[in-house]
Amino acid sequence: MMSNITDLKLVELVDKIKKKELSSSEVTIAFIERSKKSKKLNAYISENYENAIKKAKIFDQKPDFKKKLPGIPIAVKDLFCTKNIRTTAGSKILENFVPTYESTVTQNILDEGGIVIGKLNCDEFAMGSSNETSYFGNVQNPVSENLVPGGSSGGSSSAIAAKLTPATIGTDTGGSIRQPASFTGTVGLKPTYGSCSRYGIVAFASSLDQAGPMTHDVKDCSLMLEIMSTYDTKDSTSVDFKRENYLTNLNENIKGKKIGIPKEYRVDGMPKEIDELWEKGIKIIKENGGQIIEISLPNTNYALPTYYIVAPAEASSNLARYDGVKYGFRSKGENLIDMYEKTRSEGFGDEVKRRIMIGTYVLSSGYYDAYYLKAQKVRRLIKNDFDEAYKKVDAILTPSTPSSAFKIGEKLNDPVSMYLNDIFTVPINLAGLPAISIPAGHDKKGYPLGLQVIGKAFDEQSILNIAFALEKNISFKNNITDWWIK
Amino acid sequence: MSKNNGEYLIIRNDNKYEVIIGLEVHAQVLSESKLFSTSSTKFGSEPNTQVSLVDAAFPGMLPVINEHCIKQAVKTGIGLKAKINKRSIFDRKNYFYADLPQGYQISQYKDPIVGEGSVTLDMPNGEKNIGIERLHLEQDAGKSIHDIDPQNTLVDLNRSGVALMEIVSKPDLRSLDEVNAYIKKIRSIMRYLGTCDGNMQEGSLRADVNVSVRKKGDKKLGTRCEIKNVNSIKFMQMAIDFEANRQVDIIEEGGSIDQETRLFDTKKNETRSMRSKEDAHDYRYFPDPDLLPLELNDNYIDQIKKNIPELPDEKKKRFIEKFKLSPYEANILVSDIEISKYFEEVSKNSDVKLATNWITGELFALLNEKNIEITESPISSKNLSKLINLIKDGTISGKIAKSVFEIMRDGDKDPITIVEEKGLKQQSDPKELENLINKVIIENPKNVEAYKSGKDKLFGFFVGQVMKNSNGKANPKLVNEILKKKLN
Repeated sequence: MMSNITDLKLVELVDKIKKKELSSSEVTIAFIERSKKSKKLNAYISENYENAIKKAKIFDQKPDFKKKLPGIPIAVKDLFCTKNIRTTAGSKILENFVPTYESTVTQNILDEGGIVIGKLNCDEFAMGSSNETSYFGNVQNPVSENLVPGGSSGGSSSAIAAKLTPATIGTDTGGSIRQPASFTGTVGLKPTYGSCSRYGIVAFASSLDQAGPMTHDVKDCSLMLEIMSTYDTKDSTSVDFKRENYLTNLNENIKGKKIGIPKEYRVDGMPKEIDELWEKGIKIIKENGGQIIEISLPNTNYALPTYYIVAPAEASSNLARYDGVKYGFRSKGENLIDMYEKTRSEGFGDEVKRRIMIGTYVLSSGYYDAYYLKAQKVRRLIKNDFDEAYKKVDAILTPSTPSSAFKIGEKLNDPVSMYLNDIFTVPINLAGLPAISIPAGHDKKGYPLGLQVIGKAFDEQSILNIAFALEKNISFKNNITDWWIK
Repeated sequence: MSKNNGEYLIIRNDNKYEVIIGLEVHAQVLSESKLFSTSSTKFGSEPNTQVSLVDAAFPGMLPVINEHCIKQAVKTGIGLKAKINKRSIFDRKNYFYADLPQGYQISQYKDPIVGEGSVTLDMPNGEKNIGIERLHLEQDAGKSIHDIDPQNTLVDLNRSGVALMEIVSKPDLRSLDEVNAYIKKIRSIMRYLGTCDGNMQEGSLRADVNVSVRKKGDKKLGTRCEIKNVNSIKFMQMAIDFEANRQVDIIEEGGSIDQETRLFDTKKNETRSMRSKEDAHDYRYFPDPDLLPLELNDNYIDQIKKNIPELPDEKKKRFIEKFKLSPYEANILVSDIEISKYFEEVSKNSDVKLATNWITGELFALLNEKNIEITESPISSKNLSKLINLIKDGTISGKIAKSVFEIMRDGDKDPITIVEEKGLKQQSDPKELENLINKVIIENPKNVEAYKSGKDKLFGFFVGQVMKNSNGKANPKLVNEILKKKLN
């Protein structure tokens, strides 16, 4: 019985709890039991099992079925500050940090009846594409042993793919939701910048960071987005737009929808399977009455270098607060400067240091104009590309990543090759647009591959609908074999 | 040093040096809460009791602009006759320090909220305009305390995030007197507007002072040094004087000035090098991505403009025109908003000339003696106005009024009551006065004789005798008149 519960999708679980076919306790315990058996995946940094079961029991005593997540257990990326639950951002420097406050997004989940069962592993300060930069160790992709789950939301993608949680949330600065979703055969959505509040999310690059759902399917994704996305006065970049009932409005009718195919995304050396996958997507759209239009996003090539100036620049400043003075890790020093140097040398990992140095460099006087300012101008051009394209199309279809998941350690010493992983996802963050990755097939190794649907700003509903149509026609099956459970 | 013709020059070996001064005034915005958080800004609270998660830069915390502070900056900009920029940007100024929790200060760098303006100074040899370069908003830092714990530095974050306006002048100031007048004028304008309390003891007003010297007649500015964080006008003047002389000495010895940041040691009365230009921080300014550009529309600015109170310059003009005050008197009365309020309350119901004299004379002497502000005056404007009316309508003489004032200063007693209780009412009945005068004339025949034969000076003697005999209550004006008649 227990294993059946964890096989259910989020919307199904909500339905069963509302129909009293399952209690919150049963569901919560089932996911916790499976999580306990899955330690080998290393998806969790902190567990909140006992507390979660208590909360589930309390819910069952006085259930409120009007809630959208009635007593549903959820594990969340460890970048979201959770009141009284340790929040590390995958870093030694926050190893013992317990917030006294709740992020807006997790608060929204709690307000709808959700129960936090734990905090999921991620790249340190969300800087990485394989979860290998986490201070708390690598995460296994449930698809295959020693395969990376993607990053930075690697613990989240692993946990959802392995059914340790019925849904989860991640953050996406340059692809950190969509790439791991693609690597694990799951659904991940990065909303429009300004849709989900950044309040209480450990900041990486403020102008790019967005929280979003990671789920088994598009329906679950719609429900989660509905809950996560709220206007929040505590975040000055939060936008007060009309938010849809994404799940209620979800439909697979894409007749007449104009879908753009950007020619610049056909990059050299892209595996054949990915090209084929893309063609498959195009075919499905056509068959369902959608119109395919070739478009051009001429500045695509500059997206990655632009991103690797803007994001580290902001990060170098955002991470200045981790100085050992107020909270978190502190190393003893001879004097203030010495304390800073030791604390930050010992507290941050290599990738974080690399980006702080890049960021510090590009903001330095004498380099600012050549790097940061120029990058901002290019960023504007990239946004203009999309604006132009959206005069002709309703949404854009691309692959999510240029390759499938790779082995743990394979790209660790080659940061540039690692950065290239984000080539299809990064432009969307720079333009502040919404995009969803859905599983669409497997490569010849049997590893999942994803397709990305990019939308107009604040038009999450359209990309959910298109993704919904693709999902129905693709009928992807994730052949995960519980190999990690003895 | 020479102060001829109001000029402030340093003279060495027959070379005359002019001193060029620019000020960066840091004025704390009068606001209940901080620039980007809701924490209180109250002065003098227990350390670290007014610190929010945002102020202490906890992970994931975000700044949210306090609209009141924006309004205050716009108001001040209008008071400085400055251009209000409809679009301004908050930048991050990055540096590490223990009392800077974010690791950066949110400030405005390239696009400040207020642009160029000017203030007018009233100097002894006429008005002088000082250019304002800009005004921008920024966060204050916390406070590092090094002298409580022998091993550790303690940090108080109560000030962290408090809103400051940095008002940057052009290098238009040329003397210590101008610096004094400039600071007072800026302070006065802000107090009129209610945008800064100007309290220098509590650190609400501090300044960085830029000083350079050049030979009189030179057009090119010399290399400047910046003296950081000076917190009183007196210290500013001392620092400038020391610094200007130091620079002249170097130049006279054939050296050149290094551009550097210096500190003023108030105990030793000298400036010391803090860091050279080469060691200057690279602050890596960039627009704060947590905050959108600040955009103000015309309507918003117009609404604020409409509600700007009368400012010192206009008030002075009005006082001169309406009350026929001298520019000097008007200057004194408008220099501080509280003084001007007091004056207007007094003069509303009583003679303007007397009000001016009594406020700038007796009352100021009293406030000085007690070292208190006019808001703490032991004599209310209402009672001072009554006292003046008693003089004006002849109930008491000016001299009696002074003794009534002496009684009023202890407890703000109504002067009418005092006059009645003590029986100080002026004798103005001509009959009674004539009796008094007759008595004096009869008792002093020799003096009458002398006066009549030309010793005019003796007139004062008769007046004095009459006043003495009346215990000072005789109406001096009437005494004068009657006496003249009797003696001539």
